[in-house]
Amino acid sequence: MTDFTHGSKQGVAMPLEKRNGVAEAVMGFFASHYPAILAVTGCIALWQFVVWFFAVPTFMAPSPVEVFHAFGENGAILWANLLPTLLEAFLGFIFGNLIAILLAVWFVYSSTAEKAFYPIAVIVKSIPIIALAPILVLIFGNGIAPKIIIAGLICFFPTLVNMVQGLKAASPAMLDLMRVLSASNAEVFWKVRLPASLPFLFAALKIAATSSVMGAIVAEWIGSSYGLGALIIEATYNFRSPLLYATVVIAAGLAVALFFVVSFIESRVIRWKPDAQH
Amino acid sequence: MLGVARMMQQPVQPAEATRSAVSVKNLDIRFGGKGAEFTALSDVSVEIPEGALVTMLGPSGCGKSTLLRAVADLVHVSDGSISVLGQPPKKAREGRDFAFVFQEATLLPWRSAIDNVGLPLEVGKHDSSLPTADPQEMLALVGLKGREKALPHELSGGMRQRVAIARALVTRPRILLMDEPFGALDEITRDKLNEELLRLWQETGTTILFVTHSIPEAVFLGEYVLMLESLPGRVKEFMKVDLPHPRKLAVRDTVEFIRITAKLRALLEEC
Ligand SMILES: Nc1ncnc2c1ncn2[C@@H]1O[C@H](COP(=O)(O)OP(=O)(O)OP(=O)(O)O)[C@@H](O)[C@H]1O
Ligand SMILES: [Mg+2]
Repeated sequence: MTDFTHGSKQGVAMPLEKRNGVAEAVMGFFASHYPAILAVTGCIALWQFVVWFFAVPTFMAPSPVEVFHAFGENGAILWANLLPTLLEAFLGFIFGNLIAILLAVWFVYSSTAEKAFYPIAVIVKSIPIIALAPILVLIFGNGIAPKIIIAGLICFFPTLVNMVQGLKAASPAMLDLMRVLSASNAEVFWKVRLPASLPFLFAALKIAATSSVMGAIVAEWIGSSYGLGALIIEATYNFRSPLLYATVVIAAGLAVALFFVVSFIESRVIRWKPDAQH
Repeated sequence: MLGVARMMQQPVQPAEATRSAVSVKNLDIRFGGKGAEFTALSDVSVEIPEGALVTMLGPSGCGKSTLLRAVADLVHVSDGSISVLGQPPKKAREGRDFAFVFQEATLLPWRSAIDNVGLPLEVGKHDSSLPTADPQEMLALVGLKGREKALPHELSGGMRQRVAIARALVTRPRILLMDEPFGALDEITRDKLNEELLRLWQETGTTILFVTHSIPEAVFLGEYVLMLESLPGRVKEFMKVDLPHPRKLAVRDTVEFIRITAKLRALLEEC
């Protein structure tokens, strides 16, 4: 991912006369990412060739051109099913991470709480999410709730682990400094522990951004008549392969979009380098 | 230099000149629980006169940091007593009587230089009637005017340590506790900061307790040198350095300076 965040700085030499901003940005993007763009284009071309050369039937694997047409033909359906999945993933992301962060704070200040609940968190984490989904659907029904819970659960554990580590990451010297200044526990938390944990938190949030979409889709498979997950099931059973592929592309696009939103916020929030001491 | 002028207003009365800034009596410090106890300091007694600059030498692991941290109320005293300006260390800490400079600059990496210097003014329930300095002035005092907005990772090691010193000065402490503050710096930067520290000390009259590994640094800076020996840590020597003030770096090439360092080196070998 570092390629995406830092690559654009490398940009190739531009002609001296000023171009308009958008064109320049597009050129710059292409200039710095052309290996990736060429590779992706190559893969798609190869896919098209294989489907054509071996005369693969459309229901088995559609060609890229057919998938592209599916976008146009099913635009309204895709859009209508994208929104619920986005909402579930987003709310799951918010609640899952919020609870993980609050729990991490509690763990850091109470080792009893950590000893009591960390094992439970590990056990819940080790139940395959696909096995948990039917249970939650049975309890909470077919509504949006089980989807949010599953999307949240999938975010929860990495954030809990990272946040606990992050809140403990403040160096002993920094804590000594705060003690010499007779700082209160609240001041130590807000001014040292929390900022020091942010790089750890964002590392987890970036994982959570993509996995929350996965959680929502898995939940929609089990019991839902709407959302990208339901659309995937429906398209599969009706052999509408182009639609299936288009849905998968949209789902991946949604995950990537959320990832970049989190990365963008991270780049705004964290402007420092953690190891500034040496 | 405005900051210095104001800092000089601290009363320096002749009668007080001999009072102790830090008084350590029969101090024992032990680490670890029962059974696996380790004695870091044993029966240490020393009086640091107010306004003095005392450098502390001793073999690695002899307890220099431990003694300094005990004065700063950062480690638990097992036996004996410490009094800082006539109070227990905890009271002195809460009253902002001392500031601590660590070996590493220990800046908060997400705060700009100026915000790091201002940190002591933001935290702790300190008495608002206590004198404080302007962070801006303190940064200028350590030669970092114009770098206020820089983040720690944008500064060199020497600059970061200067920010740490500015931060220590912002509360106008009467005592500065410095644990190898220049240990990680190159010799040129270190020489420069040594001279600046001496100037600061003479201008402000602050009591300074300064731990170092370098004998020349200890002699150049020290009005007194306190030497600890190890296993267990005890006072080996507390001696006055008979070199006139103000000192320039060239004093290190004088016969007298070399005589003193040679004597300390011989003592250190016995430890
Ligand atoms: N928190 C601690 N717990 C256990 N032992 C400790 C602790 N802090 C220091 N010690 C021990 O106390 C002794 C003195 O340590 P200290 O850090 O004071 O030495 P020092 O003279 O500052 O050494 P150096 O010159 O290497 O910095 C060492 O043997 C060390 O292992
Ligand atoms: Mg030490």
